[in-house]
Formats: sequence, C-alpha cells, structure tokens
Amino acid sequence: MKSTILKTASIYLLPILLLFSIFILLRGHYFPGGGFVGGLIAAIAFVLHSFTHGTEATLKLLRIHPSALIPVGLALAAISMFAPMLNGQPVMTGLWFDQPVPVIGLIGSALFFDIGVYVVVIGVVLTILFTIAQYSG
Amino acid sequence: MTDNTLILSVIIHLFTAIVLLALWRKTVAQRIISVVGSVVAMVIAIRLFTAVWDNGILTMQAAGWDAPFGITFVADVFSSTMVLLTSFSGIAVSIYSATGVARGRMLYGYFPILHLLLMGLNGAFLTGDIFNLYVWFEVIIIASFVLMTLGGRRAQIEGSVKYMAMNVLASTFFLTGIGILYGITGTLNMADLSLKIAALENRKLVDIVSIFFIVGFGIKSAVFPLYFWLPSSYHTPPSAVAAIFGGLLTKVGIYALFRVFTLIFIPDEFLRTLLVVLAIFTILTGSFGAVIKNNIRRVFSYLIVCHIGFMVGGLGMYSEIAITGALFYLIHDMMVKTNIFLIAGLIRKLRGTMNMDKLGGLYAEYPLLSLVVALVLFSLVGIPPLSGFWPKIYLFEAGFMDAQYPLLVAIIIGSFVTLYVIAKLWAKVFWKNQPTLPAEENYTDEFKPMSAFRKSLLVVPIVFLMAIALYIGLAAENVALVAKHIARDMKDMTPYIEAVLGTNVSP
Repeated sequence: MKSTILKTASIYLLPILLLFSIFILLRGHYFPGGGFVGGLIAAIAFVLHSFTHGTEATLKLLRIHPSALIPVGLALAAISMFAPMLNGQPVMTGLWFDQPVPVIGLIGSALFFDIGVYVVVIGVVLTILFTIAQYSG
Repeated sequence: MTDNTLILSVIIHLFTAIVLLALWRKTVAQRIISVVGSVVAMVIAIRLFTAVWDNGILTMQAAGWDAPFGITFVADVFSSTMVLLTSFSGIAVSIYSATGVARGRMLYGYFPILHLLLMGLNGAFLTGDIFNLYVWFEVIIIASFVLMTLGGRRAQIEGSVKYMAMNVLASTFFLTGIGILYGITGTLNMADLSLKIAALENRKLVDIVSIFFIVGFGIKSAVFPLYFWLPSSYHTPPSAVAAIFGGLLTKVGIYALFRVFTLIFIPDEFLRTLLVVLAIFTILTGSFGAVIKNNIRRVFSYLIVCHIGFMVGGLGMYSEIAITGALFYLIHDMMVKTNIFLIAGLIRKLRGTMNMDKLGGLYAEYPLLSLVVALVLFSLVGIPPLSGFWPKIYLFEAGFMDAQYPLLVAIIIGSFVTLYVIAKLWAKVFWKNQPTLPAEENYTDEFKPMSAFRKSLLVVPIVFLMAIALYIGLAAENVALVAKHIARDMKDMTPYIEAVLGTNVSP
C-alpha cells in the first residue's frame, strides 16, 4: 500500500501492538484475554507491517521464518503441561512459584502454557498469511 | 489405582510430532525420528498393558481435579489393548512410510501429522470423559483430513470432500447427543453418567439420546446406511495412510460404540434389535459391494464395511460370549486390515496399478512374498487355525444361544463372500499370468531396483503384522483370555466406576 500515513504509522504501531498483545497475554489468567488472543494481536502487528512494507521486509524483520515458531511454542506448552509429572502429580496440575514477581504477580505453569499458545498462534497465522501473500504476489 | 504415567502413550506421540515439526523438510531425519518415536510408543504401550493386566484399572485425574469434575483418564483392559494394537499398527506404518510415501508428501508434514493422529487415537482410547472423547475425535479427524488431502491430486480432493462432509455430520450428531446428555444429567464423566443414566426414570428419553450416539459413531465406523463415504474415499490417499485409516480410524468408532453402549446406555430390547438389524445390513451391503469392485483397495474398503457388521452384531446380541467374539474380531481386524492396505501399496509399487484385471503373475515372480500375503489373506478370511476363524466361533455360538438366525445367516454370507472375493483376488493378482497391457500403460517395477534396505522397509512391516496375526490365530487361547476379560468387565462395570469415582458404589 502506498499511503505514507499508514506506512509511517505502522512503524510506530508495531511495538505498541506487540506491547498490547503481551498485556493481553498476562491479563488472561483471571480476565478475558490469554495466549490465543494475544497471539492474534501480535500477528496483526506483523501483518500490518507487511501490508505497508511488503512481506519480504517483514520476514527480514522477523529474522526467522514464522513456521519455525510453531514447534517452539508447542514444545513450551507441552513441557509446561507435563512438568508436574516429574513431580509425581497428574499432567496439567498448576505449579506456582512461592514469591510473586513485581508487576506481573504470581507466576505458575499456566503462564508458560499461555506463552506457548501465544507463540504457536503467531507462527500459524503468519505462516498461513505469508504463504498466501507470496503465492498470489 | 492412580497412575499418572498412563498418559505417556499420548505424550510420546505429541513430543515426537514436535520434534518432527522442528525438523521441517529434513526428510531423512524425520523418517528416523518417526520410527524411533513409534518404537518408544510401543514399549510404553506394552508396559501399560502389562500394568493394567496385573494391577487392574489405572486412572489419572488430569490437573488433580477429582472425578466427576475434572477430566479422568482411565486405562482398563479394553483401552490398554486398543492402545497396544494402535502402537503395533503405528510402528508398521511408520516403517513402511519411510519408503512407501513420496518425498513430496514428507516435505509438507506427513510424519508430524501421522504422529498427531496416533496421539489422538491413544487419547480417545484412554479418556474417561465423554466430552473429552469428542475432542479427541476432532483431533483425529482434523489430522486425517490433512493426511487425506496431502498431495492434492484430483481424486484425493474428491474423496476427502465426501469423507469430511460425513465425518463433520457425525461429529455434529455426537456433540448434540453430548449436549442433551449433559442437559439431563449434568455430568460428562462416563462413570458418573453410567450411574445417573441408570437412575433416570424416563427411559424413552434415554433411548432417543442413545440414537444420536448410534448415528454419530455409526457414520464414523461406516455402519449401514451411512457407510458409502468409506469405499469412495479410502482408495484415494497413499497406502500407508489408507492402512492407518482402514486399520484404526473406523475401529475408533467401534471402540466408542462398545464403550458408550456398555457403560452409559445399557441396550434394552429396542436398541439390541436396532443394532442387530444395522449389523445385518452392514454385512450384506459391504460384502455385495466387495464382489463387484475391481480395484484392490476398493475391494478392501468394502470388506471393512462388511466386517464392521460382525462387531456391531456382536454388540447387538449383547451376551457375554457375543461381546467376546466381537472383541476378538476387533483385535484380529485391526492387525489384518492395516496389513492388507500395506500389501495393496506394495502391489502398486510392483505393478503400478491396483486394477485386478491388469495385474497377474505375482506368485511366479515373488513366491516368498506371495506366501506372506497368502497368510494374511487367509487370516482375513478365517481359515482355521488363523486369526479370523476363532472370533466367528464365538459369534456363532452366541447367535445360536440367542436364536439370532437372521444375523447368523448374514455372518455366514459375509464370511463366504469374503472367501470368494479373496479367492478371486488371489487368482487374479497372483496366479493368473500377467496380461499384456497396451504400450502406454507399461510400467517398470519400482520395487526391483530398490536397495535391499529400502525393500526391507516395505516388507518388514508386512511380515511384522503378519506375525502378530499368526500369534492371534495360533495362540488364540491367550487372546481369547483378554477378550473374555474385557467382555466380563463390560457386563459388570462396577469396578470401572469405582476406580474412576474412587467410591464404593455397589448396592
């Protein structure tokens, strides 16, 4: 797209949207939000960038191909699911740190599961959209 | 008894799939990892089976939420047997795929999806929660859609449209049934449902809900009248995929039928008659379909439908001995059906076609291989003392005891047609001389120029599954012991319910 306004705005929107997606991700334990929505918002940030600068530029910005994010996210989610088993507890039992972390609050294994989902969603959405974009363009 | 490690059969395939995804496009590494993952899965499955056999029912309450509120995973003898058989099929298909599947398909994620499918199967067998069962069914059908369309040939897309339409319909029925069930009982845990449904006074309502489950599972396992999607889609994907589909996917539907109709809905007179009638028509339509088809894989697809009828009929008769026969047949069928599709794939590698009229002379060219195939085909037909023979004895005995003569006649017709079809196939493909084909259809043998290692990758899985089928036939008393044990469990589900709910429920 050749609109200068959008092009300039997208550069500033990218970090803001990413920050917002992380906020949504962290909010998700007790309120509406979570890894899936957060991942979608983060993916939108990159999609907006690719609209204005072209898919190639976004891929360069990402450094790795988004499809490589899928196994990373899956592994993170899977490990956080099965970590309690090492403790002799059933899978998916919530494990919690004793001390709250400043700003974020108490951290448990559910957060790592959500981060895994977040990464998978970014990977899947961007892989699908970039494949279509490169195929048609 | 609580055992948190029973979920390992599911986890192993998930982790294998993750590693395979990380090795995207590295096909050599993927083949090795896939086989390693399947071997580990088999070891885990054997350990699970022996643990359940020795210690009784194992349970795991996911996330530590006690039943009936959390999701319970249960391994009784039935589930662990299914997991064990799945692991056998999985390892065979995994080895076979190393050379039997085109590299182009591997580049687009064949192996990760295969393992996600196996994960879904194991999950469906182990879960003790009816909604969770639905979720595992979704995992299975989504993975199978990908496997079926991967490659994107015209025939494949056509087959998968039918496959997908019918399976989505089946899931809708299943989900609707769960919704109503939850509405009337307020629980989703199968053991808890069993108690609550038994206490319900409105039996007509229970019958109506159970119809939803019969339709849903019936479509999935290709029971008459909604079986037609199976023969028109199973011949399209690569043979390794068709083997998993033919050997395991329809059997998941059968597993669910057995589970739901022995635990939650105890069939009354009406349901039993319905199941028996459905079984008779399934056997007849399946066997008549197999007679007229000329493509090997289409013949096998119709035989799947035919033999599904044997198992549904066993459930319909509902005596302990009938269920024993049906379960024995299920155990035999999973091993043999996987194998015959692998064999069909091998024949395609040898001759480039699966049309029986264009095949011939395989016995003269590959006598040893043909003997292996003969053993598998004879097991399928049920020549004594091979594996297909024993379950039929139980089914006959149960049929005579219950005076279910129409079903008995159907089973006899089904068995004879199977014999006829297999004999025709043997004569046409193996004994008849190779017909001279027009020049444009000439085909060079893909199998002969392969290195010995690649050849063995194709042959070893077939021999492996044949050996298991031989064991089922020759050591039938051991398998019968397992089948009888499961049938006894099904007639009295109190131990299952007590193991899940952790309370004493006996009156």
